[in-house]
Order: sequence, then structure tokens, then C-alpha cells
Amino acid sequence: MSAALIEVRGLTKAFGGVVANRNVSLSVAPGTITGLIGPNGSGKTTLFSSIVGQHPIDAGSIRFEGREISRLSVQEIARLGVLRTFQQTRVFSKMDCVRNMLIAAPHRHSGWRDMFRRDPRERVEKAERLLELVGLRAKRWEAAGSLSFGQQKLLELAMALMNEPKILLLDEPTAGINPTLINGLIGCLERANREFGITLFVIEHNMRVIMSLAQRIYCMSRGELLASGTPAQIRDDPRVIDAYLGVH
Amino acid sequence: MTRRSAVLHLALLAGGIAAPFVFPAHAVQFAVFWIMVLFALTWDTMGGQMGYNSLGNILFFGLGMYICALTQIGMVYDIAQYTAANGAIRVDFTDRQYFVGLALGVVLAALGALIAAALLSWVLFGLRGPYFAIGTLGAAIAAAELTNAWEYVGGGSGIAMPVFPGAPGMRERFFYAACMAGAAACYLFLRWLYGTRFGLAINAIRDDEDKAEALGLRTGRYKTVAWSISAFFLGIAGALFGNMTGFIEPLETAYPTLTFGIFMVAMALIGGKGTLWGPIIGATLFYTLREVTWTYLLGWQYIALGVLIIVNVVYFRQGVLGWLRERRPAWFA
Repeated sequence: MSAALIEVRGLTKAFGGVVANRNVSLSVAPGTITGLIGPNGSGKTTLFSSIVGQHPIDAGSIRFEGREISRLSVQEIARLGVLRTFQQTRVFSKMDCVRNMLIAAPHRHSGWRDMFRRDPRERVEKAERLLELVGLRAKRWEAAGSLSFGQQKLLELAMALMNEPKILLLDEPTAGINPTLINGLIGCLERANREFGITLFVIEHNMRVIMSLAQRIYCMSRGELLASGTPAQIRDDPRVIDAYLGVH
Repeated sequence: MTRRSAVLHLALLAGGIAAPFVFPAHAVQFAVFWIMVLFALTWDTMGGQMGYNSLGNILFFGLGMYICALTQIGMVYDIAQYTAANGAIRVDFTDRQYFVGLALGVVLAALGALIAAALLSWVLFGLRGPYFAIGTLGAAIAAAELTNAWEYVGGGSGIAMPVFPGAPGMRERFFYAACMAGAAACYLFLRWLYGTRFGLAINAIRDDEDKAEALGLRTGRYKTVAWSISAFFLGIAGALFGNMTGFIEPLETAYPTLTFGIFMVAMALIGGKGTLWGPIIGATLFYTLREVTWTYLLGWQYIALGVLIIVNVVYFRQGVLGWLRERRPAWFA
């Protein structure tokens, strides 16, 4: 395995007396799809929030492409190419889908003068292509807030792809989505990984989805890293089964 | 621009130019109308398009007024002596002194207000929602009190402005033209601005600022620039209004948080916030009602305006334009 894209070492994060992450260490290799599973409240989302700089961490280090990012702001980390999607969808509800896509275009090199430019035609075309990819082309002029929850999730995914991140952190991409849409969504994720070369780090509760998608899976429980390995190793690990069934 | 829109713009331009000639006795009222349009348009950039409800935008109006006045006077006289005289000594400005001073004053007022907004945004954009509204209100009240206590600029007794040198009747038309030009410039600038990436970005900040940050948007930069643009035009409005009034003082003329400061919010809400034309329609309705009630319902005028605002926020929360857009979507297609 080559050098890790994301390298977390000894990460600890507490909210008051509750230790949400305790001494967590893991790494995500470039170009892969890595899974993160664990029961509710095991600290998965907190880990994601720490990586993207949502809150300061108490101890440990987070490196992206070898660079320490644990003290950078959310915007700076996003501009480096680390992007997360939210468990509850976050779209710009009063703007139509195309405008949602356009504002998601990368801000990496945007200077003062770019603030006052119009979006070039290629960018609009790219936005429409990606909307087509997730199956929202017909709804592209509708306000994002009027879409169903599942459609908003697809829009959020298209926005993430528009942003051209190096790594995409997906927080339960299939939660709340109509089962018939799930296969399409998985197809999109695999294409994003294969064709656009975006590394994926996915929190997922749907075992069927994560086992077929990920090459490597981490399992968390009660704020600590419990196990890691290939999907087959994770599936057969008695500690993982215990954590999910609540046997301690 | 479509044909219909071009006809509409030309008709408004023609009407605007004709107004002070057709109704010369009301030229000042018409000039104040354009100030109201400036108020509503600049408030909406922040409150409507970006979702930051400022109750203190009047600060830039008053700041512009004072910067312009001090520039006009300071170019020719010693400011401390001038203000200490309380207008008891009448000083005459030559035509050249007057117009050069006014032009320079307007430019410095606009720039001064812009810089003030950029500096204030460092402090106040840490606040969101109602905290931002109260924070900005506090800043405006503080500015009024500071000016009130500062004897060098006349303190509470204010400043008598230089007298317009032209023939009788010219003064009204001159300031009418200046106010209309200011409002038109602001409208055209915002019309262009909302079509660029800037418009997209401030709308995104309004809908979900955290998501915008998570996408890597430089939100601080956009917010600072948006407020600076508002302040720039408000500085011009203040500079012109001060000269139209002829006498300025801090609490009632320069920083009237309870009248103009609230009017700008009410106008944008009545017309439909977050749209380009909503604030203009709102300013027209509100100002017409205000003038009518001040003339025919004196004593009840604030009650009438209060009722209008209540009906607006209870039944027409999207404002006139938002309501029309919902009822007659075909008109906006």
C-alpha cells in the first residue's frame, strides 16, 4: 500500500465528560474505498467532523497528504480537497439544482476577481452532466428544497463530485433512500471512485452495501477503534458481532 | 435584455427625469424617494440576498453624511471654528468651492463608509441570526452617541451645511438628479452583481452557511464585500441627504435608527426580500403611504405604517413580489 491519503494518529475528542473518540488511529489509502462502521453513538460522525475541521481536537494528529491539518479551518481543509457530506442533507434550499451545482465548483484557486465573474459555459455543462449522472437532470430548474429527501441526497452527491475533491467523506449515503435508488447510488459512488479517481471514506449502516463497496473496513465502538480489515475479516470478527448485538 | 424589459426601463427613466419638472413643488419629496430606493436596495443585499438582517445599516448613512460635510467645510474653513459658531456666522462658498467640495465629499463619504463596513465586519460577522441584528443596531446607536458627544464636529448642536449657490429652484432639481443617479447606479450595479458568482455565493450563505463553508467557499470574504458594497451606496445617500436637508445633527438626521433605520427593513420586506425589484416596489409603496398619511392622517401616521408592517409579516411574508410570483408564475417565466 502506498503512503496514506488520510492518516489519523491517537485522535481524542471529548464533549464535556463524554469521550466521543478515544485514541483513534486509522489511515485511508489513496484511490481506495474505505468503510467505517459501528453502532449508533460509537463516534463515527465525530471522527468525520474532526477530520474536516468542524471542531478542535483534544489530542492526536490528522494528516492529509502528509500535511498536518488538525488546526486548519473548515474552509481551508475543504479547499485542500477533503470534502464531507452530511447525514441530514444539506443543500441550498431556495436555489435551483443548477445553481447548487455551480456554487459547489471548486474554490481552490479562486481569487478576488473570480468573485465577480460569471460561470463559464463549460462549468454549466459539467453541472448538467453530473446532474444527469445522478438522475436529476429533469429537475434541474427546481428549487433544491422542493426535492424529496432521497433526491436531495443525490443532489448533494452530485455537488460533491462537482467540487472535485481528492477524498470524499460520506456520512451514511444510503440512509433514508428508497431501496430502488440505492443501487443507482452505489453505481455513482463506484464510478466516482473509478473514473474520477476520488478516494472514498464511507460511514454506512447498510452491511450489504458497505461489504460490497469497500476494500477495507474500520469498525468503531464506544468511541474506540474495535477492529479493521477486509470485509470478510470484519464479517467474521466476533468483536464486531458482539458490538452490534450489544454483548459485552 | 428583452424588449418588454427595455421598454419598462426606458419608461421609468423618462418618468424619473420628468417628475421634478411636472411637479416642481414636490422635487424634494421625489429626491427622498430615490434615497428610500437606495435604502431598500442596499439593505436587501445583506438581509434578502445574504440572509444577514442588519438593523444598523443606517450607520453608513450617517457616517457618509458627516464625512461629506466635514470635507466640504474643511477644504475651505477651520472645522472647529465653523462648528463652534453654530451657524451664527454665515460663510459663503464660491461656486467652485461648493461643487468641488461636494464632489470630493461624496467620493470620500462612499469610500469612508466602505472602509468602516470592512472594519466592522471583522467584529460583527462572528455573530449570526438575531445576534448579528442586535450587534449592528448597537454599532449604529454607539456611532450616533459618539457623534453627539464629539464637540469638534458640532456635537448635539449639529452642523449648518454650506448653502447651495445656484438660482432658486435649481437646488431641488440638482439634488433630485444626484439622488436619482445614485439609485440608478446602485440598481444597475446590483443587477450585474447578482448575475455573477457573487450573487450565487451570497445566496448560498443565506441558505446554509455551514454547507457553503464545507464546500470551501471563502464566506468571510464574500460577507465583507457584500456589506462594503451596501455601505458604499449608503455613504453616497447620506452625503446627498445631508446637503439636501441643509442642517445635520446626529440623532434625528444622520443616525435615525428608529425611522430610516427601520424603514429600510420594512420596505425590503413589503416589496419582497431577496429579489432585485422587490425592494424598489416596497420603497414605492411604503414611501407613498408615508407621504399620504403624513399629509392626511397626521397623528395616526405611525399607526398606519405599523398596520402595514403587521399585515405584511403576517399575511404576505414573501412581500408583494414573492406573492405575485407564487400566484402568477407565468409572469416571471
